[in-house]
Amino acid sequence: MQNTFLIRRQSVLVFIGLLALFTIGATLLSEGLGIGLVSTSFVKTLGKTLCLCLVALAMDLVWGYCGILSLGHFAFFGLGGYMIGMWLMYARTEQIVINSLANASLPPTPDELSDAIGTQIFGVVGGSDIPAVWTFAHSLPLQLALVVLVPGILALVFGWLAFRSRVTGVYLSILTQAMTLALALYLFQNDSGLRGNNGLSGLQNIPGAAAVSQDLISIWFLWASAFALGLGYLFAVWLVSGKFGSVIRAIRDDETRVRYLGYSVEAYKLVVFVITAVIAAIAGALYYPQAGIINPAEIAPIASIYLAVWVAIGGRGRLYGAVVGAASVSLISSWFTSGQVPDLPLGFYTVKWVDWWLVLLGFGFVLVTLYAPQGLGGLFDRLVRRQNP
Amino acid sequence: MSKNPMLLEVSGVSVTFDGFRAINNLSFQIASAELRAVIGPNGAGKTTMMDIITGKTRPDTGKITYGRPGKNLLKMSESAIARIGIGRKFQRPTVFENQSVFDNLVMALKKNRSPLDVAFYRRSQEDIKKVEDLAAEIGLTEQLHRMSGELSHGQKQWLEIGMLLAQDPKLLLVDEPAAGMTPEEREKTTDILRKAAKTRAVVVVEHDMEFVRRLNCRVTVLHEGSVLAEGSIDHVTKDQSVIDVYLGR
Ligand SMILES: Nc1ncnc2c1ncn2[C@@H]1O[C@H](COP(=O)(O)OP(=O)(O)OP(=O)(O)O)[C@@H](O)[C@H]1O
Ligand SMILES: [Mg+2]
Repeated sequence: MQNTFLIRRQSVLVFIGLLALFTIGATLLSEGLGIGLVSTSFVKTLGKTLCLCLVALAMDLVWGYCGILSLGHFAFFGLGGYMIGMWLMYARTEQIVINSLANASLPPTPDELSDAIGTQIFGVVGGSDIPAVWTFAHSLPLQLALVVLVPGILALVFGWLAFRSRVTGVYLSILTQAMTLALALYLFQNDSGLRGNNGLSGLQNIPGAAAVSQDLISIWFLWASAFALGLGYLFAVWLVSGKFGSVIRAIRDDETRVRYLGYSVEAYKLVVFVITAVIAAIAGALYYPQAGIINPAEIAPIASIYLAVWVAIGGRGRLYGAVVGAASVSLISSWFTSGQVPDLPLGFYTVKWVDWWLVLLGFGFVLVTLYAPQGLGGLFDRLVRRQNP
Repeated sequence: MSKNPMLLEVSGVSVTFDGFRAINNLSFQIASAELRAVIGPNGAGKTTMMDIITGKTRPDTGKITYGRPGKNLLKMSESAIARIGIGRKFQRPTVFENQSVFDNLVMALKKNRSPLDVAFYRRSQEDIKKVEDLAAEIGLTEQLHRMSGELSHGQKQWLEIGMLLAQDPKLLLVDEPAAGMTPEEREKTTDILRKAAKTRAVVVVEHDMEFVRRLNCRVTVLHEGSVLAEGSIDHVTKDQSVIDVYLGR
């Protein structure tokens, strides 16, 4: 008893230690605060990767531990990004507009101001009115609250409807895919109020920090992302190591039996679904300021499927597995798709990795499923067990 | 009768699966500290009867009331029925194999079951003591920290009974607890069940006549979804209709 708890604590310390080392290391090598060996754009890639690890952690909680194969958690991630993006875009545009009107003979009326902001933001979709969904966009605290509330409430309503009707397994997965698809299609519309397929852009510019260089801002976000991942990890370990973890794993393995123990399975699923949706949203809210742009394509159903693939490759039901899977696959993926990998000339055909990477990933996924069903984490566990049986 | 009031009353229950009447106008009663054996040939509807009481299957007609004042079980969910004190052991042993015996028992302990309470649950010395006592009762003290999946078939059956006892139910429904057990294991199972029935009602479904004889309790014989005979084991084994459909084979 004591023993397993210590081992678990040890692994938490190792994880937090590695994360801190990684963050400090990247900082010391960065252009912003270090010797400049690592470019700012790569620091952003690393920061984004940490956010992807966080959403993978959420995926592991909901799928690996609770057995709900949600193929819609990237929708919550994207919504988190949209919510913070609205403030970033609005507040920055507001500043620009105020600055440009500062020399006018008459100070601008509030109407003129909002008209100018509206034209700036919504000109691309042929409008100048600020849609109702932007009501709170002027306020950072309100918009931060929406980062949590909008995906949280969507998950609550969706989950309540789905779990109450006892939709499980493949049907639930399909339903979650339908949810992301519907959301993406809605956002693609020009009159969705969120700039249609243009999405929100310029998110890397932080309002009020115009004087701060991107080199430094990238470090801020790297630290914020690392902090969020660390906290998320601690929270997840706390949640799954107690009786709650026992119950949700039991639900994963045999939900009928759990019902006869007197637990309301639907309530537990709903709690896990909503909590993980909120974690995903927070990860998204940290990701998109580093990416600089968000558009509805980010929420495409395939993104949520990738998320499941990362967790499967990393190893389900062991939190670090999700982190390892997300980090390795997304970093390798950005390497392959960046065009840095030399093409492979086969004489009759040249393999362009930008196109062929997905085939490679699919092949890797098949290999893992066949030969390491527990994922990379499972291989690692077996290694550890062999060393100290 | 007043000393031992009725706990469960099933009256006129019928259920049909695709036109096949699995339970046919079934009525019976269980008193609050009673050990009852239910026997009957394969397909007699024994498991289905438990499904109906525990809320898994909804009957087409009939009434089931439980406790005092009588609650209508037909309006409640499975988990709510479990929370008001009806525990069930399945025919096939179902324990959570990826978790330790200890964790299985802790999960079953009678405690508040809302997600929030469970998330902030800290096991008290008292709970640990309870779990250890239960483990002793079902003979799994040595196995307390092993994975349940590593247990033998008989041990899994006991663990499942232990989980039921941990819930501290007023009514325990046990489906074929002795299936696949060795004679010694059966004997121990009988003891556990007889002891449990001192403070609560226990309904045991069983095929094995020797096992039922050892339980030494009132017997209900089910056949084609309704009660064929009821009484002491000697009474029902002498009943001609029972001999015809069941014992004579
Ligand atoms: N969900 C269901 N759908 C269709 N038929 C069912 C269903 N459940 C049970 N039955 C049928 O109802 C009848 C009674 O089944 P039940 O499992 O209750 O029998 P039993 O007395 O428990 O038998 P056994 O001794 O084999 O466990 C059987 O003929 C069975 O095929
Ligand atoms: Mg049966």
